[in-house]
Amino acid sequence: MNTVAVVGFSSAGTSLTTSGVETLVPVITAALEDAGLGRREVDFWCSGSSDYLAGRAFSFVSAVDAIGAVPPIAESHVEMDAAWALYEAYLKILAGEAETALVYGFGKGTAGDLDRVLSLQLDPYTVAPLWPGAVGIAALQARLALDAGLFTEDDMARVVGRRAEGPYLSCPLREHDVARVADGAAAVVLAASDRARRLRERPARISGFAHRVDPQGLGERDLTTVPSAVAAARDAGLDGTVDVAALHAPFTHQELLLREVVRAGSYLPFGANAMFSAGLSRIGSAAGEVMSGRARTAVGHATSGPALQQNLVCVLEA
Amino acid sequence: MRRAAVLGTGQTEHRTRRTDVSMAGLCREAIDRALADAGTGWDQIDAVVLGKAPDLFEGVMMPELFLADAIGAAGKPLLRVHTAGSVGGATGIVATSLIRAGVHRRVLAVAFEKQSESNAMWALSIQPPFSAPITAGAGGYFAPHLRSYIRKYAAPDHIGALVAVKDRRNGALNPYAHLRQPDITLESVQRSPMLWDPIRYDETCPSSDGACALVIGDQAAAEASSRQVAWIRATAMRTEPTFYAGKDHVNPRAGALAAAALWSAAGIKQPLDEIDVAELYVPFSWFEPMWLENVGFVGQGQGWKLVESGETRIGGALPVNPSGGVLCSNPIGASGLLRFAEAAMQVMGRAGEHQVPGAATALGHAYGGGSQFFSMWVVGRQP
Repeated sequence: MNTVAVVGFSSAGTSLTTSGVETLVPVITAALEDAGLGRREVDFWCSGSSDYLAGRAFSFVSAVDAIGAVPPIAESHVEMDAAWALYEAYLKILAGEAETALVYGFGKGTAGDLDRVLSLQLDPYTVAPLWPGAVGIAALQARLALDAGLFTEDDMARVVGRRAEGPYLSCPLREHDVARVADGAAAVVLAASDRARRLRERPARISGFAHRVDPQGLGERDLTTVPSAVAAARDAGLDGTVDVAALHAPFTHQELLLREVVRAGSYLPFGANAMFSAGLSRIGSAAGEVMSGRARTAVGHATSGPALQQNLVCVLEA
Repeated sequence: MRRAAVLGTGQTEHRTRRTDVSMAGLCREAIDRALADAGTGWDQIDAVVLGKAPDLFEGVMMPELFLADAIGAAGKPLLRVHTAGSVGGATGIVATSLIRAGVHRRVLAVAFEKQSESNAMWALSIQPPFSAPITAGAGGYFAPHLRSYIRKYAAPDHIGALVAVKDRRNGALNPYAHLRQPDITLESVQRSPMLWDPIRYDETCPSSDGACALVIGDQAAAEASSRQVAWIRATAMRTEPTFYAGKDHVNPRAGALAAAALWSAAGIKQPLDEIDVAELYVPFSWFEPMWLENVGFVGQGQGWKLVESGETRIGGALPVNPSGGVLCSNPIGASGLLRFAEAAMQVMGRAGEHQVPGAATALGHAYGGGSQFFSMWVVGRQP
């Protein structure tokens, strides 16, 4: 069986247009340069984005213009964070249908009111019409975890190097507990093992990769546990402590819940919430630690849906 | 490469408005039928792939999240695919990749569109900042390409109507079809109003609520099946930009390249001789001759002649869309998977009244965007 490795990564924290093209061109170019791979040498392209974030239908269509798809390319798209596009590309290489892949994600989170937009992910017949808001739902989860004694508000604040002070945004979440909404794009280059070793002295080999989803109903699951993250970590073969982890946690209490699942010597700080590229960017950052030699083992994690409904774990090794 | 096969298929009754079911209920109608057809229980499904066209068609952001429980994905891996109108085909292909990668034994592929929940015209007509306006309505977008085909190859005016009559009569044989018109005639099609020259009302697809589901298994699962399976002999996807210098909307390069890759991977040298039945994505009747040429069944300018000769009817050399195709049912996100499923049903011998006798090898085909996203597969009675 093939093994697959990350051989290149690039990301950007700004975007100019909702089409993504102007944001993506330099990011894709930089990722390919990082991998030492030519654009025409990419066997399979896969992207992640969201029409709702772009405020239009078919937002990924114009992003194809960023690739230069003449002559035509083998390409696919997930309407999810691009971390899941990376999973699709990983399988394509495992299946022997491609030797190299470039995965990219993009989203302009600042174009609308993200808190309100994300309400549209909820059950449209019973929950979404109440417009509960993403921060409000996260606060519900944080409150349950605090009441269960899992951690304190000070523990939450320490995740971002702060003390628990200042007014509540949505009790018990204060401003520093909520990641800043950002625009973003990221690209990761994958290669089958032999090719990866030719491209780069120290590729970040993917030793385990899995994802799971939980039921959405907020009354149907214990919000203080993350069964889908636990199952994904188990399927990815994660046991013991890795050198470094990059967790996708838009709220400080979610970082604490996830640290119980992914144990690491250190955690790369989560800067800003760039929807639909953030998860891919976490995997790219974790891979960067391995490729640079700063870490031997690393985990990249991505989440999606309200209150950590869907989780993905990618284990990387030198 | 590891083998994969379709173990079972399911689809809904298609109508303009399925007010009797929610989105979850619509998907379950197709899924329950697919699981029963495959003789598979929920506990045997390892992962779920869900496809549909833009979220704005229903007004729900990433509906797979709230549907996770209803589609049997809770506690399992769930992928959501979106590749415009080709998404149904892409859904089947991604599910096939999950099997071929060796990570799962049985995967459920589901695709749906419940267009009545929102307003598709509105969803396609938003004016994003800094972008050229999107042409409202697919018919207005594609009509010039069809007109270009007619001029380029001197195709007679009645070819489109011939396709419409064939597909609508075929649809009358399909109990799931949205439009079932056994009495339609060439004259009645030609009397129907001109919408976007050269496309008449009876040559357009309907807007449908509907869903389709497939159970795809690995070699062991296929061999354990007590019924005939549809072996997936090859898949292909190709993409090109919407517009570029030299873009040929009559014969898109991405479609031709996808087909060439498909035939090569399936070991097919003479598609017209070796394929017994084709389910092509034909939302406007004139696309049948265009796609016959684009995928390489016949040479350039020969597609309309194959249609005119009657060889694309059931009983002809290459029956095209015996199910009635997209012209009879168009739940957009599901339409591609329906083509793939109908191809599988044909080689499994489970196509009922629209079964092509002796069908052993079949093509499923889908396209999307501005004729720029293509997905295809070849299935057979034998691996």
